[in-house]
This record gives sequence, structure tokens and C-alpha cells, in this order.
Amino acid sequence: MADNEVLHADHRLEYPYSRSTGPVIGAFLTGLLDGRLLGVEGSNGSVIVPPTEYDPITSEDTGEMVEVGPGGVVETWAFVAHPRPKHPLDRPFAWALIKLDGATTSLLHVVEVDSADGITTGDRVTVRFRLPGERIGAMSDIECFVPESGGEGR
Amino acid sequence: MSPARTIRPVSVASFAQARNVRRDDEHNEVEMLMPVVAEVFGNISITKDDVDFICSGSTDYLIGGPFSFVMALDAVGVWPPRSESHVEMDGAWALYEAWTLLQEGEIDAALVYAFGRSSLGDLNEILALQLDPYYEAPLWPDPTSLAALQAQALIDAGKATEADFAAIASRSRKSALENPNAQVAIDIAPEVLLEDPYVVTPLRRHALPPITDAVAAVVLAAGDKAIEWAGRRGRKPVWITGMDHRMETHSLGARDLTVSPSTAKAAEMAGVGGGPVDVAEIHAPFASQEVIVAEALGLGGDTTINPSGGPLAANGVMSAGLIRIGEAAEAIATGRARRAVAHATSGPCLQQNLVCVLEGEA
Repeated sequence: MADNEVLHADHRLEYPYSRSTGPVIGAFLTGLLDGRLLGVEGSNGSVIVPPTEYDPITSEDTGEMVEVGPGGVVETWAFVAHPRPKHPLDRPFAWALIKLDGATTSLLHVVEVDSADGITTGDRVTVRFRLPGERIGAMSDIECFVPESGGEGR
Repeated sequence: MSPARTIRPVSVASFAQARNVRRDDEHNEVEMLMPVVAEVFGNISITKDDVDFICSGSTDYLIGGPFSFVMALDAVGVWPPRSESHVEMDGAWALYEAWTLLQEGEIDAALVYAFGRSSLGDLNEILALQLDPYYEAPLWPDPTSLAALQAQALIDAGKATEADFAAIASRSRKSALENPNAQVAIDIAPEVLLEDPYVVTPLRRHALPPITDAVAAVVLAAGDKAIEWAGRRGRKPVWITGMDHRMETHSLGARDLTVSPSTAKAAEMAGVGGGPVDVAEIHAPFASQEVIVAEALGLGGDTTINPSGGPLAANGVMSAGLIRIGEAAEAIATGRARRAVAHATSGPCLQQNLVCVLEGEA
């Protein structure tokens, strides 16, 4: 080794623990691998999406998992013209709270639209999953939602 | 529903804050706190030996190291050992912990302080880490994006317009001209603000809080100390007559974002409705959120909101809520109000809220 060569070593800042996602969140994330969206039966006939082990309003235990979507309705939205580096899409998009068909609560995700004029509350959207080989059982398995009129699933 | 509980009267005996700035590169957290702690004690001619408990509010996520609050104790000097605690929350919740201990009657005075240098990192990423780790945080939604979802819901519900947001921003920063500690103080008409570009539609630049490095401190006192220490400044005590905090679900899509039931519940438990509110210091970081909090507090048109300028004039992460309590107490102590309400918030889209009612003596 030459005298002027600087020694270096890679350092990766990490959180080296694994967590179990449990029977409800785990079922939702596993469903994503199969291209399915799952909710859970909550109190008073509600269907909670994304699902939790307890009803977020009544705190009661939740029940059976039920399939919801793939389409849904935009409950509210916020348009991002200049995405930040960690945002889900690297092109203009809208955040949205999406009430999937069959659900009584809304899921936070993004809708692929190129301007604020392309989205409004009440719009119908549908999910676009990543290709099966690209899925890892995480929220990123949903690439985005797309307006239902032009929403060809992949 | 039960009325406000019978409580031990506790006074906000002293309040101090640093000048709120965009970036303080010259001082570390201890160096920022030291003059403020000295001032909060000096206001009432006491020392650290006169307080029985110390509680701070801060977050390790800003400084990027664990247990950073322990280092901050050097600003007080804790030898011989002191009874001390910390919350990973705004200092308003540290004040709540100290107030709770004062309720038990074993101590008569406490120091509360808060610190946060928002400039050290990127708040857009740091604050995303407080979200649900499975469903929300992996998408990295920044606080402005989440507040924009809430603002659009308000607009859709017919409860507010972009012009309302601009009016709140204009009023706040104009009021801040009277506050020497404010960071953003300027008189610009709402119609001019409405020409600002969108940051995240429907929120324009003016509806966002500034990014602020800040520290603040409060001394709480009960019993004879409250009366004696106020008298040293020729003042009468400012009493906390009620305080409560409530939290909503972390599932954003399970909430109605246009209302704040946690604020309303805390206001009810703190007894806000028990008399007229002369001044309300509201910790609504985004202009749109003030609409929601003001409604939840049940404020009428005769309440002056955020005469200090509020969080739209300076929004130190971890101190902006504590400063609301301090500013409300000062409004009473200086005769600008007889009864005031202070509000603090935490989490996305007003998830958690604290309400404190303060009253002066006739």
C-alpha cells in the first residue's frame, strides 16, 4: 500500500433490530406481496384500512380481515409540484387520503397526477402495484394510485 | 361531562425566552439555555436552590444523539443532585408534568425549560419519523404535505378559504412587530400574500411556519412562594386555573381532519368556557390549523388571538408550545388580559393538544 493511500472503511448507520409486524399489520403487508389490499373489521360495522389490531376510535379488538379496493375515492388531497428526495414519486404527484371500496377509513398514499388541476376530492382512483418480482411486503409495493379513468393496472 | 377539577393553584412565576432565530450557529444548546435560565431566575431574584424540581422538553431527533437532554442540564448546574425529569415533547408537556407534581403538594416550585435547534437537520424528514412506522413513515410525508391535506379538507368542507389562511398569516406577522423575540415580523396585506407560490397546494408560502432555533424557560410556583415572588416584581400572581391534554389516533385516515376533538375535550376539562377569554395564544404551526383550534376552543370574536405573533412568527420545535403559556401569562401579568388560554400541539395535523387556562387577580 502506498504511503499516501488513505485507509477507509464503510460505515452504515443502521437500526439492527427486526420487529414482528403481528397478525394484522403483517397480514396487510403480506397481502401487498400478492397484490391484494386488506382491511379489518372494526367496531360498529367499520372496516379499517390500513388495518390495526384495535379500533382506532373505540379501542376494541378488531375482527376478520376483509379484502378492499382496488379502487377508492379521494377524501382529501395535496399537490406536490416539486417532490423531495424521499417522496414515493420523483415526479409531480398528489398526496391523498383514499377511502378504498369497502373501507370506512382512509389510506394515506400518492396519486400520479401532473398538476393540481388533475385531482379533486371525490375523484375515483385505483391502485397500481409494483411488478410481483419487485414487491417486498411494504407500503412501497404500492407504486401509487392513478385516476380510475386512465388507471390501467400493471 | 365533569367540570374542571378542583386543583391546587399554581402560578407562572417567571418566563424567559431567547430571541427566536432561523439559525444560531454560534451557540450549542447549553450556551443558548444559560442566559435564559439566568433570566428566568433573575426576574424573580431566585436561584436554582429555590426550585424543587426541574423538567425539560426536547427531542434527540434534532441533535441526532441519545439523551441530549442530560447534557442540557449543564445550563442549570445540577450539583448537589436535583430531582429532574424530561419529556420527548414540547416544553408545554414538561410544564404539565411539573404542574402535576405540584398538584401532589410535596413541592412548591419547579423550573421548566425547552430547547430545540431546528436548523441542525431537515425537519421535513425528521418529523416524518414521528408517524406510524409501517403505514405512513415509509412514504416520508413531510409536515407541510400533511397540513395541506388537512387544509384541503377544510376548504372542501366550506369551513375556510385560502383567503382566511392569508388573513391569519398577515395578522400574526403584523402582531409580531410588537414582539422583540419574534423571528418573522412584517406587515403585508392578505391580498398580497395570496400571490405567494404554493409550497404544497393548497398551502402557499405564507401559511407555513418559519424554521426556528429557540429556547424558553418558565418557573412555576405555588403557595406563599407564588405570592412572594410575584411581589418582588410588583406583580400579582398569574394562576393556572385548569390544564389538560388529549390525544387522537395516529391513523390519519381514521380522523376527521377538519375538527379537533382532542382540543375540545382538553378545553372542556381545563374549564375554558368558565369565563371570557381575553387572549388566546394558539400553537397552530400552519395558518389553516388556527381555524380548527379556535373553533375547538370555542373562542368568540372578542378574543385576541396570538398577540405575540404565534407560531407563524416563530416556531421553535419543542419550545413554541411552552412559549404560548409564557406569553399568555405575560399578557395577564402586564395588564393586557385578565383571563387567557394557552394551547400547545404535537404530532401531525394537530394530533395531540394541550390547553392551559390562566387568570390574574382582580
